[in-house]
Amino acid sequence: MLKVSGVHTFYGAIEALKGVDIEIGAGEIVSLIGANGAGKSTLLMTICGSPRARMGRITFEGQDITQMPTYELVRLGIAQSPEGRRIFPRMSVLENLQMGSITAKPGSFANELERVLTLFPRLKERISQRAGTMSGGEQQMLAIGRALMSQPRLLLLDEPSLGLAPLVVKQIFQAVKDINREQKMTVFMVEQNAFHALKLAHRGYVMVNGKVTMSGTGAELLANEEVRSAYLEGGH
Amino acid sequence: MTAISMSSPRAIAWPAILKEAAMTAFVALLLTIPLVGLRTVDRPTGLGLETRWNEVAAAVGLVFLGRLGLCLIREGHAVTVLVLAAAATAAGFFIAMPTEALRVILIGGGAVIAIRAILAIRTGRSKLSQAERDKRMDHIAAQVQHASRWLGPIAVVVALAFPFTPLADRQLLDIGILLLTYIMLGWGLNIVVGLAGLLDLGYVAFYAVGAYSYALLAHYFGFSFWVCLPLAGFLAAMSGVLLGFPVLRLRGDYFAIVTLGFGEIIRIILINWYQFTGGPNGISGIPRPSFFGIADFTRTPAEGTAAFHEMFGLEFSPLHRIIFLYYLILVLALVVNLFTMRVRKLPLGRAWEALREDDIACASLGINRTNMKLAAFAIAAMFGGFAGSFFATRQGFISPESFTFIESAIILAIVVLGGMGSQIGVVVATLLVIGLPEAFRELADYRMLTFGMGMVLIMLWRPRGLLAHRDPTILLHGRSKGGSGGPAAGTAAAGGQGIAGGSAK
Repeated sequence: MLKVSGVHTFYGAIEALKGVDIEIGAGEIVSLIGANGAGKSTLLMTICGSPRARMGRITFEGQDITQMPTYELVRLGIAQSPEGRRIFPRMSVLENLQMGSITAKPGSFANELERVLTLFPRLKERISQRAGTMSGGEQQMLAIGRALMSQPRLLLLDEPSLGLAPLVVKQIFQAVKDINREQKMTVFMVEQNAFHALKLAHRGYVMVNGKVTMSGTGAELLANEEVRSAYLEGGH
Repeated sequence: MTAISMSSPRAIAWPAILKEAAMTAFVALLLTIPLVGLRTVDRPTGLGLETRWNEVAAAVGLVFLGRLGLCLIREGHAVTVLVLAAAATAAGFFIAMPTEALRVILIGGGAVIAIRAILAIRTGRSKLSQAERDKRMDHIAAQVQHASRWLGPIAVVVALAFPFTPLADRQLLDIGILLLTYIMLGWGLNIVVGLAGLLDLGYVAFYAVGAYSYALLAHYFGFSFWVCLPLAGFLAAMSGVLLGFPVLRLRGDYFAIVTLGFGEIIRIILINWYQFTGGPNGISGIPRPSFFGIADFTRTPAEGTAAFHEMFGLEFSPLHRIIFLYYLILVLALVVNLFTMRVRKLPLGRAWEALREDDIACASLGINRTNMKLAAFAIAAMFGGFAGSFFATRQGFISPESFTFIESAIILAIVVLGGMGSQIGVVVATLLVIGLPEAFRELADYRMLTFGMGMVLIMLWRPRGLLAHRDPTILLHGRSKGGSGGPAAGTAAAGGQGIAGGSAK
């Protein structure tokens, strides 16, 4: 579905991605794990077109999207829940969700809203509250819900567990699992929380210093000695 | 700062209180010597200095007494202070004072202290805590916003009826026109600053483009106002797009600086393109508007045109034109307001608000940021252009002098003080920023001083603007009418919990 081949991305003169190849098939949950500064988020942002890849190609269902402006991607069916959540703090939860459906087919709003609110019942309770006054976990739910409102086929999640309590992380990952199972949604997730991310994922990639060093099924990677010592130290 | 219980008046610690009051008086002295004590005057020999030590002494004395009063309230003698403060206010009202300024300080200061004393007596505390005050103010702001639903139409009706009331003399109508012009500009700028969140420091440029469009088109081609009004709006919108293209890739402070530059560029072009714009001399003899091209407002109109007063069988009065101008700007301003109210409920307006909140998230949701910002810029510029050509036809004379940076600053101040994005806030802020200096004309030199003091007070009490309260534009279907009060109550409560709510932008 999404294919990243030989992508190099630079911040000025610094090479953040040094030739990355990744493939995500339809219906999969794929996790990308790695340490701080390995280039995980950069890869996700490069897929979204800012910063642009200086070399290499990114295709979505056969269509080259390497040079496509960010806002066009949503129309193709790629939705993104950006790092740091980036919800609209002064708008109500409902308005936030509505912003998510701004590119969706007219008339789909009520249906999608229903679906998102079923997925995250907490949002229903908070529906007319100002988004900025919610807790971090609720905001993360809102960010994912907002991305889902555009009826995407591929959902990109950037560090959904960042700064959240373990219990909330569990809820969020469970929701991701549900979306994948019930709506056949393809999910590509960038995570530091390697244990949860790999447990959830069908397949995983490990990134070190701007390069993919390892790949395999989630279970394989979880069992891998190197991965265990580097990312699962301390055990969860 | 701490709230002290005052159930039992304690023995007064006079030395400490006197010291505190003296300190405050000293600060007041430092401030008033240059601001009040010294005044430059024109003398035949050049610029001279005049001193006004009496006023300084009076001001410092009053500050001393005021601080003393506040201290005494804190120490539990609110009743005594209330009586004294009320007496001072009354004295200001009824007894002739040597200067007008002294009177205002006496009345204003006395009233503030009296209110404080009443608060202390009622709540049993000398002072509300910051969070508590914010919460109350937010509550009031929310109420005003809610009230604006019926207050707005009433205000419009009052504005419509105003010229027919016996109050409406030439001077008041002129002030009304001035206020409405700024309200219109404020509403126009509110689209860019309040909705789209782009800090535009050069809004006056579009005002100037509109004014000069009309003036030049009328001057060179003899076009009438009614032809020029849409043209001026169009040209201003074009200049907005022209500026927008290069500028909109910038963000935040950089964006603000470039718009500031643009405002100056327009003004400097107007000054230096002498042959075309008349340079610093400006353009005079700009035609007055006719009654929709049908009739003229002069006593004896030129051949072929009818006279307004004859057409309607009225006695000729120069007021007719003024009243017409008043209605014209009222309608123009209301158009801007209706546009904004409507657009907030449309995807375009929503996208603007989302841009203000977080523009990176907008891109990830499929919003074309450049187009949205350009649209905001162009539309606001168009309204600025309308206001500009109205200004030109009202004044009959324009020069680059009228389009200096201070105008941009005033319009921006109106938007920010009103609470960004709040329509009714713009009206309230205009009444304060433009109306107060007009009302205090008799204060002469102290006008700007009161203006500055007002700004400082707003900054202290309402740093996010007077009516910074935002109502959601959609509510969930199937909610009862009673439930619709929910969101506002919800936000107020959230603000009170002191999470991010109260001050989060």
